[in-house]
Amino acid sequence: MSAPSYFQRLSRYYLLYTGGFIAFLVALAVLESEGMPRVWIGYLFMFATIVLYAAIGVLSRTSNVSEYYVAGRRVPALFNGMATAADWISAASFISLAGGLYLHGFDGLAYIMGWTGGYCLVALLIAPYLRRFAQYTIPDFLAARYGGGAGGRGAPVRMMAVGATIIVSFTYVVAQIYAVGLIASRFTGVDFSVGIFLGLASILVCSFLGGMRAITWTQVAQYIIILVAFLLPTMWLSVKHADNPLPQVAYGAVLPKLEQRENALRVDAREIEVRGIFRQRADGWSARLAALPASWEAGRDEVQRKLDAVRLRNASLLEIRGAERALIAYPKSAEEAARLWAQLRDANLARARPPQPHAAPFAAPDEATSDIKRNNFLALVFCLMLGTAALPHILMRSYTTPSVTDTRTSVFWTLFFILLIYLTIPALAVLVKFDIYTYLVGTEFSKLPTWISYWANVDKLNPLITVADINGDGIVQLAEIAIDGDVLVLATPEIGGLPYVISGLVAAGGLAAALSTADGLLLAISNALSHDIYYKVVDPAASTQKRVTISKLLLLGVAFIAAYAASQKPADILSLVGAAFSLAASTLFPALVLGVFWKRANHAGAIAGMVAGFSMCLYYMLHTHPILGGSAAGQWFDIAPISAGIFGVPAGIAVLVLVSLCTRPPDIRTRALVDHIRAPE
Amino acid sequence: MNDDDLARRALLAARALHWRRTRRLTAALLLLWLATTFGTVFFARALSGWSLFGWPLSFYLAAQGAALVYLAILLVYALAMNRIDRRFARQLAEQA
Repeated sequence: MSAPSYFQRLSRYYLLYTGGFIAFLVALAVLESEGMPRVWIGYLFMFATIVLYAAIGVLSRTSNVSEYYVAGRRVPALFNGMATAADWISAASFISLAGGLYLHGFDGLAYIMGWTGGYCLVALLIAPYLRRFAQYTIPDFLAARYGGGAGGRGAPVRMMAVGATIIVSFTYVVAQIYAVGLIASRFTGVDFSVGIFLGLASILVCSFLGGMRAITWTQVAQYIIILVAFLLPTMWLSVKHADNPLPQVAYGAVLPKLEQRENALRVDAREIEVRGIFRQRADGWSARLAALPASWEAGRDEVQRKLDAVRLRNASLLEIRGAERALIAYPKSAEEAARLWAQLRDANLARARPPQPHAAPFAAPDEATSDIKRNNFLALVFCLMLGTAALPHILMRSYTTPSVTDTRTSVFWTLFFILLIYLTIPALAVLVKFDIYTYLVGTEFSKLPTWISYWANVDKLNPLITVADINGDGIVQLAEIAIDGDVLVLATPEIGGLPYVISGLVAAGGLAAALSTADGLLLAISNALSHDIYYKVVDPAASTQKRVTISKLLLLGVAFIAAYAASQKPADILSLVGAAFSLAASTLFPALVLGVFWKRANHAGAIAGMVAGFSMCLYYMLHTHPILGGSAAGQWFDIAPISAGIFGVPAGIAVLVLVSLCTRPPDIRTRALVDHIRAPE
Repeated sequence: MNDDDLARRALLAARALHWRRTRRLTAALLLLWLATTFGTVFFARALSGWSLFGWPLSFYLAAQGAALVYLAILLVYALAMNRIDRRFARQLAEQA
């Protein structure tokens, strides 16, 4: 048997690699203490890791179809699990999740539950059967199972599955590439678009040369960096606040201390004073809103008068510029003013609220609001779970193991490696919150730590953190701190007082998280285009050489389109990433699961079910998402648009079942296929 | 009835039994998954008064407990399915 030796050889390589990485860290730490400038550390981290990923790509280059699409189906379960974990842990998990927990407390945990529980569905309902089916993509499975179309090859089902794959994966990949640009530009000072194309280069060398095989081995390397980058600063904070290096265990002891701090800050006289000032400001905006449109005209005249006044008294150019800018920024119409001022009123109101207890579930002023929060939490958890079990770039991974048994073990390892990070995320949020509530609150403004001014200046238009002396007492109050969730993880090393090399490490970890996910997504898209559309529909006679070449060219094309989309900083795409889960769940989940567990499901049912699930989900989003032109007034049962799948999935299942029952049962070949994938090897 | 036919029937019977066991295991674990998820969220307010090593129980369940149950489900599934597969192989071997 050569399998054990292959596994041992891989283990040896990756142990050596981990050792090398730690040596690199230590060397940089020594160099930093010898006085190497910060910018160089940032450069070294960015370039060393990107070159590393590219090198693995070059080493695993291949033109073999099976190697390119499914890594030769010989990735051992443990390594497949690790690679899938890296595929899964996206920029959002690494950078934003802990910040979300910091800001929303218990209510943020919906993401932790949803993004882990989905793997139960993957393992129990889908992955082993896909592996038994042993083809290349998700549309492959749906087309073979449901048939139909010309010659029973299932072209219509295939095209719909390809469409869903592309819509879902593209939204997702744009967000990853955007994060790559953000991290690269912040830590090396290069321009945002240059950062995007640097990251893109590394993604391309890797996926372009070696497809799934190169991606798998790169992702294992990236997972190790993600893990070290996330655990190291959190363990440091854990030792600092709980004298225990295991943050997942230790933060239980910090929670009661945090609660005491919250209670103290809730009744603190100066805090109440600051919150009162914000309430007054909010009241001011409310008054202006109530007096529209007269208040808008009065305000415009006021701004115009100021500009005339500074011009008349020949004030400095700077002052005139300022007054001009105020006039330009002033709302153009009463409607615009209504929207803008309502935002300002809400922002001030939010800051006038006392701190919510971190661990309290669904905190709300009254029972009904609290129930709405609970229902939304539940709906979001189920949408994220069902979506996880329908994401093509994750499901694609079940094809790469040597056997069905290995696929089942691999999903276990995937969740194991994801949990190493995900169980640490709530701990990090609590530890940082305790640190800020205890040490930052109460310092004098003259002695603010340097990380605040650094992060405040990164993005001047939408500051990631602002600390302003609202009540003029010279001391920081909690209500005076406004922090953006995305800054939390990246700033953790500085908050905890760690050397800059750890900041570089965390940035490299965020970069690895974004790149690994982008790799998997790009491959999912280009495989759908090349394998499912070109080979299966356009030119079934294509040679294997031609198929792989077409696949590589398409990958290049898709990557550039995605990078271009990301470089436009599309706020609306980014805010829709969460919605991708609902869309994937509504469209693909019913067809995938019923395809395995219900023999009676047929071609017409699958088509109708996919259309119904997709339309229902899309309709609800268009109807309720403000960015898509809907409004919250159209919500059913007060469910937020991100959880549209809670209506889409049942609609998809119901229509699939009904239409299947009303049309002819599937032929004997399909029934034999279902028997085959259910049977043990 | 010839030998081929008998062997074919034995295979089909063994497959049917294997699929029944798989289905039962899947249903049981799915139920556990659903109960964990739904229970943790739906009863979060009621459980927040209890505490576990310093954590309020509902916070612990949502942050770690539920995810650890999910991991256990995957482990049990992988091990139990291996057993079911082995029993299938043994049954075929006995009948042959």
